[in-house]
Amino acid sequence: MVATKDLSVSLCGLRLENPVIPASGTFGFGLELADSFDLNVLGGIALKGTTREARPGNPTPRIAECRAGMINSVGLQNPGIEVLVGEKAPALRKIYRGAIIANISGFSLEEYAFNCARADACPDIDILEVNISCPNVHNGGMAFGTDPAQAAAVTRAVREAVREKPVFIKLSPNVTDIVSIARACEDAGADGLTLVNTFLGMRIDINKRKPVIANKMGGFSGPAVFPVALRMVYQVAHACRIPVMGCGGVSRSEDVVEMMMAGATAVQVGAENIRNPFACPEIIAALPELMDRLGIGSLQEIIGIAA
Amino acid sequence: MQKQLFHIESNAPVARDTFRLVLRTDAGVAVRSGQFVDIALPGRFLRRPISVSDVLPDGVVLYYKVVGEGTRDLAAMTPGQSLELLLPLGSGFHPEKCTADALLIGGGLGAAPLYLLARELLAQGKRATAVLGFNKADEICLKEEFRALGVPVLISTLDGSVGTKGFVTDTIAAAWPVFDRFYTCGPLPMMKAVCESLAAPGEVSLEERMGCGAGFCYGCTVITRAGARRVCADGPVFDKEEVLW
Repeated sequence: MVATKDLSVSLCGLRLENPVIPASGTFGFGLELADSFDLNVLGGIALKGTTREARPGNPTPRIAECRAGMINSVGLQNPGIEVLVGEKAPALRKIYRGAIIANISGFSLEEYAFNCARADACPDIDILEVNISCPNVHNGGMAFGTDPAQAAAVTRAVREAVREKPVFIKLSPNVTDIVSIARACEDAGADGLTLVNTFLGMRIDINKRKPVIANKMGGFSGPAVFPVALRMVYQVAHACRIPVMGCGGVSRSEDVVEMMMAGATAVQVGAENIRNPFACPEIIAALPELMDRLGIGSLQEIIGIAA
Repeated sequence: MQKQLFHIESNAPVARDTFRLVLRTDAGVAVRSGQFVDIALPGRFLRRPISVSDVLPDGVVLYYKVVGEGTRDLAAMTPGQSLELLLPLGSGFHPEKCTADALLIGGGLGAAPLYLLARELLAQGKRATAVLGFNKADEICLKEEFRALGVPVLISTLDGSVGTKGFVTDTIAAAWPVFDRFYTCGPLPMMKAVCESLAAPGEVSLEERMGCGAGFCYGCTVITRAGARRVCADGPVFDKEEVLW
């Protein structure tokens, strides 16, 4: 029998029952999995990336398997911001009590600001996560996330448009120095940072002598990237004062604890959901026993403890 | 959708590169024709989606072709070994929409899900005829299984080694089978030719490289007349009118 453990964390003043959050793009709008398990075990849910207009996404194949992960090139397929705030988020709120995180994308500063203002005004959304790191769309996404000045410009534009809710900026790992981008976002008024998005990758079918992915390249994620993501979380958490949601290759409860010890306040699970839709509830269920084994009473206490 | 552990009862070749896999579990199994399972393979990151060919009270029968490293691994597995499945996944065929006579048109392993459909149709008191197309004689599978149900089987092979020489559409044009609805699963060019040549209402089972298999990663989207649809969750079965060829 494991003694009662405190899994809760405080994220920008919001209490999460536990730090485990399915990452944007790997859990749809939550509703898709509502019949498979009780979503209320999740600390939060990061919804699928949303743009102002509906997008059909990239051509298929969009998925390529790798030895310790996968490449995706979904390309921000989504029904548009009005469907998010008018249908998806309200429907999820009806069945889910935890933190609902809207993931916002855009192709211009003005679009980012508009989408964030709409999400800010939606009572069923708790946190905004601004995606400046999608590797799968041209003329947007990652272009904003690979230059400190651009990242700061998006942050400022969003900051001016949002009155109520915490704004997290989701960072790309495809940069020379992630700390300089993180600092630029913090200085421009971000309330928190999510890192990292996927790594630009590629596979070639050696039988067909062609790229596997229709778009040729896509975002690589999975257990293989965990040490790199962890290193970046560690660097950013120590360089910035704002909270970090750690993301990248997390596939088990040990990874959650490790990410938190590196400095993450909450931890997102991405590719693992794709191979195992029950990954998040299983990781959460395994946390109390792991905490017991490690002598941890409260997860909040271990954030950034591995200096 | 749930995660369920099965053990391999048999895993044997039945045609060239084609295996019949019988899996049993401790609990009951509920799958309809046209639905699929997603199999976790040891050492492989993503699951392998495979359509269900038959349902047992405590198991499933699957057919698969060895096409890559994952299916090669699967072919090497032996009775007694365990496999973790997600099931049931996807929409199914609609046997209830057939009035009296169904035509089942399979290309290669596309015959597999049509077998369970045939059983469902017969259970509803309807009749079915199967038209199965293969490249060569050594690829033919499921012919005897359909016949054992009492379903007439017409075979076409591209090289003419068995049955009518040519495509399934040639066989259908020559045989004039009676049907009020058709169901097809197989290569895209075959299904396109079938849908363009048959006036009756029909259902098509599509295939696409999948991520999650359960409708939440949006990796297997297909653009249809109804807009962007997920092959894994909105399909794999679609009305023929919905498909944009």
